[in-house]
Amino acid sequence: MQGDKSKFAEQFINLIPHCQALGMKLTGIGEGVAEMELPYSEQIVGDPETGVVHGGAVSALMDTCCGAAAMSHPSSPSGTATIDLRIDYMRAATPGQAIRTRAECYHITRSVAFVRATALDDDPNQPVATATGAFTVERR
Amino acid sequence: MPRSRPDPVQVVKQRRDAALSALVHGVPYIQFLGIEFDRRGDELTAILPYDDKLIGNPMIPAIHGGVTAGFLETTAVIGLAWASLWDDIEAGRFDMEELTRGHLPRLPKTIDFTVDYLRSGLPRDAYARARVTRSGRRYASVQVEAWQDQRDQPFAQATGHFVMPARDE
Repeated sequence: MQGDKSKFAEQFINLIPHCQALGMKLTGIGEGVAEMELPYSEQIVGDPETGVVHGGAVSALMDTCCGAAAMSHPSSPSGTATIDLRIDYMRAATPGQAIRTRAECYHITRSVAFVRATALDDDPNQPVATATGAFTVERR
Repeated sequence: MPRSRPDPVQVVKQRRDAALSALVHGVPYIQFLGIEFDRRGDELTAILPYDDKLIGNPMIPAIHGGVTAGFLETTAVIGLAWASLWDDIEAGRFDMEELTRGHLPRLPKTIDFTVDYLRSGLPRDAYARARVTRSGRRYASVQVEAWQDQRDQPFAQATGHFVMPARDE
């Protein structure tokens, strides 16, 4: 794709303070698709007895990844903001494993980008969560 | 049968605050975001004090959408757990010793959570309140609203569905 835009998106995402605080990384981007990874850490545990990660950290990963997918779409001129995001939690992520997500901007109009995402841990056959959302398409 | 005297106010408050504190402070992610809860009777207000690490877009700057979602979800889960434990806390049936040993009551599990982003979250403290709109034995529905400077101008709202922990009877 337009290499400059991917580069810009990558730099932009790596500079987000909250993503840095969570150790989140962009692992792929281009043509309306983005991939990100959230390493496991004690600070984001939601259930201290089992060590399962809190849904909020999964939300942050999904939201960032969906936004990146929207920005990387060839028809998106620049930035984006979340209008709404729904997350379905299929199962608890396995403690100790990183969570990876892939988001796809499957439709875009002049004003709205429609995005969906799936989050997985080390088991590639059973998603941890899925997300669907609408994002703004900022005019330049 | 003579009616028993109500517990002294300090005893009641201490019991409620200890239960709430155990719920909130036992969860690492809630500590990571820095969320605290203010309690007036049974009404809870969640408080998210501003911190640089909560920023999503450094150019505006604005609070990260994931932080907003995590804040709202925490408010919903704690609000729901609090509402379902209230009767036990009031009756003194809540096991404080278990709590102080770090054994938290099982929390509700999120099935799905939908956040509407109404305006961007400013670099300031945020507040949120949850309302349990359905509370059944197995499932519950909760609505949450978050605001910053003005109560009647929420910056985000959410609705979620939850599975309630099994009650041992």
